[in-house]
Amino acid sequence: MQAIAVDGVGVAAPPRRRRARRFRRAAIPYIFLAVPLILLVTFTYIPVGNMFWYSLTDWDGLDKTKEFVGLDNYEDVLTRPELYGVFWVSLYYFVGAFVQLAVAMYFATILSFNTRFKTFFKGVIFFPYLINGVAVAFVFLYFFRPGGVLDSVLAAFGAEGLQRPWLGDRSTVNYSLASVSVWRYLGLNFVLFLGAIQSIPEHLYEAASIDGANRWNQFRYIIAPGIKPVVSLSFILAIAGAMSVFEIPYIMLGGANGSATFVIKTVDTAFKFNKVGLASAMAVVLLVLILIVTAVQRVLIPDEGGELV
Amino acid sequence: MPHHPVLGRRNESHKGEMMRIRPGRVSAALFILALGASACGSSSSDEGGAAVSESDSDDATPDNESEATVSGDITVLTNRTDLVDTVFKDYVTEFNESYPDVDVSFEAVTDYEGEVRIRMNTEDYGDVLLIPNSVSADQLPDFFEPLGTVDELGETYRFVTEQSVGGDVYGIAQTGNANGFVYNKAVWAEAGIDELPTSPEEFLADLQLIKDNTEATPLYTNYAAGWPLTQWESNRGSISNDPDYLTNMAKTDAPWTEGSDHFVIDSLLYDVVAAGLVEGDPTTTDWETSKVDLGTGAIATMPLGSWAIVQMEEAAANPDDIGYMPFPSQVDGTYYSTANGDYKVAINKNSGNKEAARAWLDFFIDDSGFAFDQGGISPRLDGENAPQLSGFTELGVEFVELAPPPAGEEGLTGEIDAEAEIGAFDAIYRQRIVDAARGQLDESKEDIFADLNSRWAAARAELGVN
Repeated sequence: MQAIAVDGVGVAAPPRRRRARRFRRAAIPYIFLAVPLILLVTFTYIPVGNMFWYSLTDWDGLDKTKEFVGLDNYEDVLTRPELYGVFWVSLYYFVGAFVQLAVAMYFATILSFNTRFKTFFKGVIFFPYLINGVAVAFVFLYFFRPGGVLDSVLAAFGAEGLQRPWLGDRSTVNYSLASVSVWRYLGLNFVLFLGAIQSIPEHLYEAASIDGANRWNQFRYIIAPGIKPVVSLSFILAIAGAMSVFEIPYIMLGGANGSATFVIKTVDTAFKFNKVGLASAMAVVLLVLILIVTAVQRVLIPDEGGELV
Repeated sequence: MPHHPVLGRRNESHKGEMMRIRPGRVSAALFILALGASACGSSSSDEGGAAVSESDSDDATPDNESEATVSGDITVLTNRTDLVDTVFKDYVTEFNESYPDVDVSFEAVTDYEGEVRIRMNTEDYGDVLLIPNSVSADQLPDFFEPLGTVDELGETYRFVTEQSVGGDVYGIAQTGNANGFVYNKAVWAEAGIDELPTSPEEFLADLQLIKDNTEATPLYTNYAAGWPLTQWESNRGSISNDPDYLTNMAKTDAPWTEGSDHFVIDSLLYDVVAAGLVEGDPTTTDWETSKVDLGTGAIATMPLGSWAIVQMEEAAANPDDIGYMPFPSQVDGTYYSTANGDYKVAINKNSGNKEAARAWLDFFIDDSGFAFDQGGISPRLDGENAPQLSGFTELGVEFVELAPPPAGEEGLTGEIDAEAEIGAFDAIYRQRIVDAARGQLDESKEDIFADLNSRWAAARAELGVN
């Protein structure tokens, strides 16, 4: 309607031309959309489609022919404990993710009030997220190695008894790696929470403090409900992230010593054992699991758009 | 766990990751002379219509009307990121003296195995390249140009059967490797050892002496890097002196039986770790540091192919301290060491400049002196082995070359290995042994061998091998 009105101003154009112009106007959004859509289809949907196809074959990643094997690969993924069993490793990261969210929420709340050196601390907490994952992995490799930073610090506090090969010992390796993950991704959650908290209008706090609400009440009744959508988003990301951990254990240990996660297993299957078909099936299974988790989460925590506004 | 699905038929050194050296010695006038001779030979024999039409189709250099010369642009893929701007440049200068119209450019690939395999799904994977270890025998004709027959090339070159199928050779080894242990002579002497061990028991006793009498780590596993653990595998054949070891492996349900090569090799690894004769925390080892540590004597021994000697010498303050010993096992008083070809140089089937590619291949193998510079066994039967292997000559070590499997069984052992997901050349298999030996897994050596045997048997049954 708007378009016609604008066009209509001035000399009356012949109806044919007007219709053409109208059509052009209507097409413009789609022309703009076409570029990202073409990129998205080329680099996401077609490869994913191919992956589905590979998952039904016994392809080795190189052979000119791909033999169709039906659902055999899926059967393998779901029946072989050495493939699905590694999901247990994700539990460490899952627990770590909750710790991470709690700590991030804590810092975000504190630093949203008028704290001294606020900006400095914000920087300190967010900084690890900016460091390249490879660098983080190497830093912590030296941190955990025998006689490394952690052992030295323990010794400085007279706690030599706690020293151990942090990555070499099966009982600590996954705790160590999960804690690296918490350290690294804390900043992201922190910034998300902080942004959400800061978008809560100032006058609500004022009103609350006039009514005698303390900091805890403010958090409980203003901040928590105000940032609920961001929290629920963070949970989805945390769970999906815990299921698809890859970078840190892969770079630090190559998945050795019981640190292999499902994604590492998938990569090994595809590129070390050259079973691209089976690996594709594993990737599809992971994708489906993440979709299910997301769906469940949407049902449990509906997106209500915040009660404050 | 079929990383290198072709047990035995493939070479196993993961050079891409390990080679960090700069061999100072560049081949001398001798090679230039030899080059002149062979260049004439190859260009006259290979010439003909093909040369012209090939280079025409690929917009070669303007000189391609001069019929006596091969011309064109070729791209050579290599795993030697460390040599590509130095030694290889010198090779090209030398090569261009005979083939001025061939323009050679290199692409050094860090993760050679991984990247090139993926690139081979297109047609663009260089003109001359090294055959990735994971390509199986039956796939060779799909990707590479046949270079000649096994009978014909076998008269001149070693290791021709390692990348061949149906009697045709698809790649020639760039160098050859012997297998055993690199060690620091000074440390071994300081521990009071004056004779090299001849059995696994003696080896263990010697490592114990090193632990007791010196500060050094007796044996360094390089567990974290992963691939160094696969170097143990390359010793198969050394223990039994049986060229048919691999062929026979495909015929048994229990390769890990008392006395077999795999049993001896893996037992030694297990026992060394279980006796605490390795580094404190294997999961945090570092390959680059380990090279320096071997030189300074902080590490006494590392199981590695002979390709590693040059690198260790370079990293050592005193290169004379670096020695090389065969696997501690003898047959009738003689040491044997399995010799195998390194990566094989091949020509892309889709290359537009096959003539020029072949000229480079022949030059590189015959005349560049690459194998000699890199401390290897010459790929030519009449070639000179590198001085680094002279220690072996003194010990009277004899080389065992694994014989090719009979026709129709090419790559069979590798297929079983792949189906069983054991991964003879994958770190996971031996990391498990190390983990069990240092008490991190609830498995004994016998448990592991039993499991490997049952997986092997199941894979044989699955593939219907008799």
